[in-house]
Amino acid sequence: MSGYFEIENLNVGFKTFEGEKNVLDIDSLVLDKGETFGIVGESGAGKTVLALTILRLLSTPPAVIRSGSINFNGENLLQKTEKEMRRIRGRKISMIFQDPMSTLNPVFTVGEQIVRVFMNNKKLSRKEAAKEALSMIDMVKLPDAGNIMGKYPHELSGGQRQRIVIAIALSCGAEFLIADEPTRNLDVTIQAGILKLVAELQRELGVTVLFIANNLGLVSVICNRVAILHEGRIIETGKAREVLRGSRHPYTHTLLNAVPGGSVERVLPGVLMPGGEKGTSGEGCRYYSRCPERQDICRARVPDPGEISGTHTVACHRAFKGGEAGAKEYSGS
Amino acid sequence: MPKNILEVKDLKKYFPIRSGFFSKPVAWVKAVDGVSFEMQQGEVLGLVGESGCGKTTLVNVLLKLEEPTSGKVFFDGLDLFNMDKKDLRRIRKHLQIVFQDPFWSLNPRLLIRDIVGEPIKVHTELGGEELVKRVGNLLEMVGLPRDGVYMYPHEFSGGERQRIAIARALALSPKLVVLDEPTSSIDILSQAQILELLKELKKSLGLTYILISHDLSVVSHMADRIAVMYLGKMVEYGPAEQVFSQAAHPYTQALFAAIPTLDTEGIDSIATIEGNVPSAINPPSGCRFHTRCPMAKDICSQKEPAMVRLGGGHTAACHFINQK
Repeated sequence: MSGYFEIENLNVGFKTFEGEKNVLDIDSLVLDKGETFGIVGESGAGKTVLALTILRLLSTPPAVIRSGSINFNGENLLQKTEKEMRRIRGRKISMIFQDPMSTLNPVFTVGEQIVRVFMNNKKLSRKEAAKEALSMIDMVKLPDAGNIMGKYPHELSGGQRQRIVIAIALSCGAEFLIADEPTRNLDVTIQAGILKLVAELQRELGVTVLFIANNLGLVSVICNRVAILHEGRIIETGKAREVLRGSRHPYTHTLLNAVPGGSVERVLPGVLMPGGEKGTSGEGCRYYSRCPERQDICRARVPDPGEISGTHTVACHRAFKGGEAGAKEYSGS
Repeated sequence: MPKNILEVKDLKKYFPIRSGFFSKPVAWVKAVDGVSFEMQQGEVLGLVGESGCGKTTLVNVLLKLEEPTSGKVFFDGLDLFNMDKKDLRRIRKHLQIVFQDPFWSLNPRLLIRDIVGEPIKVHTELGGEELVKRVGNLLEMVGLPRDGVYMYPHEFSGGERQRIAIARALALSPKLVVLDEPTSSIDILSQAQILELLKELKKSLGLTYILISHDLSVVSHMADRIAVMYLGKMVEYGPAEQVFSQAAHPYTQALFAAIPTLDTEGIDSIATIEGNVPSAINPPSGCRFHTRCPMAKDICSQKEPAMVRLGGGHTAACHFINQK
């Protein structure tokens, strides 16, 4: 009721030939206005499904939204009709996808693609739309906007394309931006530029950003708070510093220790291969089969999220009983 | 002293740009412009640079997938571009590559037996049961189950596919393996496994790697030596620890400043280089980095800096190195 953006008891499944699979199982996720919130997890953890559920872009079937609510500005997005959603997408909530080459249409110039957004959404004339488009390109810090307008996506570099995508995403004044690994496959220098742009736009426009990442370094740089997603469940959440430096969940330890670097002598810890069937809604902790610190109780009962501090919550049986998981802190390079 | 497995001398590769079909080239793309280095057996060389800097072209020439414009490459003491077909065929076995994206590099219509077995069929007499057994051994070596032999690529995850690609590269017991961004398209946990696997294989098989990556944390985890390239030139080269701790070239420093790591916090902890990589068709005069370099002076646009020795095999090409 109170929060700016609130997900409660969200449960999303996929129908397959082998029955329904549980893909997302989120008890609670609250975002404050104007913050950058990071979602981290392996591929298959449900990060993108979460993004698509928020925008109601999941095709149902095969997906089934079984229960839950997504409250945005006091309105439940899951109860909106398709027509109402169309007014929300782009204008209120917008998304940047992973690969800018497949987001942009290769047969139109990028200028045309931004102009169309303005013409369709704000009912501007072509001339006015072109003016707006120019200012958007300026906003994402691309030099020589007039020249860029006439280019096709393949004529731009990866970083330039991603900037155009950001311009399109923000062109209708969206206040909530979902960024799905926007810097994947970009060079570090280009990545730094895009991250800086996102941070700057956020400061200037007050946009709230849900940043999906699989690189923990990125999260540390750009996010205020972070949630670790494991097979559809949030297993640890808190301020970026709390989770990255004082993590309490064995899975978060594994993720942190898997970050390469340091020296040639350092050995990354053996990561257990996923043993259990993915996406089953069986009892117990979903990390059980891979967890180095499992106990009997982990198989029997799903761990409830418990608070470490006012902002830091962990869903692990071992985190609270003075167990080793609690005492061990990240000690990387 | 261990012998050099690879020696590259002033290697150049220019691509012509023609305006018409039969016309003479109007300009040249200088993709690789005078690169020299040496590698010893068992070493890992990390090749670093932004896209478009010539990393891939360099490697293509080293693998003899492209003919160089000028310069020489010696592999195991033999001149790679001046040998008869028989020698070349023998040497090809020892030069292998693992590509970036295991979704594109494995033929979806072939069984793993045929994907991994193909190089064996081409170069040896092995066939039938023997071949299947050999492929099974290779799969086991990279940590996959033997019965993967009769499966198709789509039955494996991204990390597993990359293991298959590695098995294929190792099928002929090569000496030098090029790893072209081997983990950039897979997950962080699979990446950790693949990197450890590659290290292990290197140790047990005595391999030499050239690792191309734009992820500097991967490079620092794997490489003994680092070569930084910018617009076809090598701007810095040296032992990994030395380059990482005392980067001499402003471009290398800028690259390192752009990496977000767990130890950095806040958006101001990373820096980006202004501007884009200039075109390789008409690269800037003098030092090629001068258009983006924060410390550029007049001399940088007029005179090309020579490689300066910094001790311990660490070299860098910048006019201001001694003054720092």
